[in-house]
Amino acid sequence: MILGAALAGLALLAAALSWFWTPFDVTQMAIADKLQGPTVVHWFGTDHFGRDILSMVMVGARTSIAVALVAVGIGMGIGVPLGLIAASHRGRWLDEVIMRGNDLIFAFPSLVSAILFAAVFGPSALNAIIAIGIFNIPVFARVTRAAALPIWTLDYIRAAEVAGKGTTLISLQHVLPNITNLLIVQGTIQFSLGILAEAGLSYVGLGAQPPTPSWGRMLAEAQTMVTLAPHVAIIPGLCIVLTVLGLNLLGDGLRDMLDPRLKAMR
Amino acid sequence: MLRYLFRRILSLGLSLLVASALIFSVVELVPGDPASFMLGTGAQPETVAALREQMGLDQPLPIRYASWLGTILQGDFGTSFTYKTPVAGMILDRIQVSLPLAIMALLLATAIAFPIGLYAASHRGRAGDVAVMGGTQLGIALPNFWFAMLLVLIFAVKLRWFPAGGFPGWSQPLAALKALLLPAIALALPQAAILARVLRSALIETQGQDYIRTARAKGLTERQTLHRHALRNALIPVLTILGMQFSFLLAGAIIIENVFYLPGLGRLIFQAITQRDLIVVQSAVLVLVAAVIAVTFIVDLAYAIIDPRLRKT
Repeated sequence: MILGAALAGLALLAAALSWFWTPFDVTQMAIADKLQGPTVVHWFGTDHFGRDILSMVMVGARTSIAVALVAVGIGMGIGVPLGLIAASHRGRWLDEVIMRGNDLIFAFPSLVSAILFAAVFGPSALNAIIAIGIFNIPVFARVTRAAALPIWTLDYIRAAEVAGKGTTLISLQHVLPNITNLLIVQGTIQFSLGILAEAGLSYVGLGAQPPTPSWGRMLAEAQTMVTLAPHVAIIPGLCIVLTVLGLNLLGDGLRDMLDPRLKAMR
Repeated sequence: MLRYLFRRILSLGLSLLVASALIFSVVELVPGDPASFMLGTGAQPETVAALREQMGLDQPLPIRYASWLGTILQGDFGTSFTYKTPVAGMILDRIQVSLPLAIMALLLATAIAFPIGLYAASHRGRAGDVAVMGGTQLGIALPNFWFAMLLVLIFAVKLRWFPAGGFPGWSQPLAALKALLLPAIALALPQAAILARVLRSALIETQGQDYIRTARAKGLTERQTLHRHALRNALIPVLTILGMQFSFLLAGAIIIENVFYLPGLGRLIFQAITQRDLIVVQSAVLVLVAAVIAVTFIVDLAYAIIDPRLRKT
C-alpha cells in the first residue's frame, strides 16, 4: 500500500508540477536533437520532433489524471444517488428500472461505445471524459446499492424511521456515511481503469488533441519508430503501468485497512 | 427450470430490443448527412435529395427504425454506403478474424490463470503466493496495446519469429494462426491476471466451508481437497468473469486490431465511423452488443446448471 501510495503520489506530483514547471517547453521542437536516448540534458531522451520526453510525460500525467478523475466524479455523482434511490426502493419498480437500465449500459462494449461517442461528438479530452464517465455510472450504482441494501435492515435505520425521517434523509444521513469506505476503494479502482481507458482512447486518436501531450498518443506516435528509438515507446508505457499499478495497490491497501475482516481472510 | 428459462429468454429479447433502439438513435446523432457525404461537396441539392429519398433518409425516425429492425430480422443488414457491398457479408468476413482471436485469447488466459490461481491459493500467504500475486498486479496495470507493441518489438522485429501485423486469411491456416498468436497473447495476459486473482480469492473463500473440512477430515490431502472439492465450487465467480471477458475480448480487441492491422470487427467499426458509413456502424455494433447479451444469457444458464439453487431466483 505504501508502494502504491508512493507511485500514485509520484504521478500526481509530476502532474501538479507540470502546471508550473517542466524541464522544457512541450510544444518546442528541436529537430536537430530528435530521437536522442536518455542524456544528462534530456533525462528520458527526445521524440521524433526533438521534444523533451520527460516534459511531455509530466504534462501527459496531467491529462490522464484529469480525465480519469473527472470521469470518476461523473460516475460517482450520478451512480451513487441512483444506487441510494434503488436501495431505498428495494424490490419495487423504481429499483427494477434503475438496475435494468444499468444492465443495459453494461451490455454495451465500453470501448466501442466510447469510440462511437467520440466519433459522434468529435474527439476531445472533454468527450473522452464524458464517455468514460458514463460507463462509471452503472459501476457505482451497483456497488452503492449492494452495499446499502444490508444497511437498510439494521436497527438504527428502523429507529430513524420511527423518529419520522424520510427515505431521502435516511439515505443521506445514515446509509451514505456507512458505505463511504467502499466507495473510496471503488473510486481508486475506477480511477486506474479510467487512466487505462484514456490511454486507449487517445492511442486511437480520440482523446486529447495535439499539441496537448497524452500518454496514449505518445505511444501511438512512437509506434512507427519503435525500432529506431524504443525508449520513445517504452517510457510513456511505463508511466501508465506504474500509475495504474500504484492506484491498484493503493485501492487494495485501503480496502484491507478499512475492512479488517478481509485482511484476516487473505 | 422451464419457468426460469422462459423468464430469461423474455428478458433476453427485451434487452436486445432496447439495445437496438438505443444504437439506432445514437448513430442517428452522428453529425453529417450520409447522402451528401457520399456525393461529395460539389453535389447538386436535388441529387442529394434524390439519394436521401432512395436511401429512405426522408422518413421519420420511428419508421426508419422499424424497417431497419424488420430487414435485420430477415438477415439483411443492408448495403454499405462506401463499399456498396452487403453489410452482412462484411460482418461475416470480419467475425472470421475477431471470433477466433477472442477464443484464442480466452483459452490462453484460462491456461495461464488456472495454474497460477491454484498455486497461489494453495500457497496462501507464503512467498510464492505474494510473488505471483504481485505479478498479476503488474499484469492488470499493463495497457494491452503497449504490451502488444513490446511483443512486436521483441518477437517480430528483433527475433523475426512472427509477422508484425496483417492477416493472410484462413486459406493458409498455419500462417493465419501465427498472425493471430501475438495479438492473442497481448489480449490474454491482462485478462489472465484478473482471472487468476478471482480464482485465487474464490478458492480461498471455499476453504472455510464445512464440506472442505469434511473432505480434509476424511483424509484427503490438501491437493486432493483443492482439486476435487474447492475448485468446482469456486467456478461460479470464475465463470462470471470468463463471460465478461469473452464479451470484452470480442469487442475490446478494437485497439489491438489497430496495432496489428487485423481486419476484425472492431477495426471495421472504427473505419466505418471515420467514413460516416452509418449502416455498417449500426449493424456491427448491434452484432457486438447482441453477442455480449447472448454470452451473458449463456453464462446465466450455465450458473443454473452448475448450481441448482440459482434456478429459483
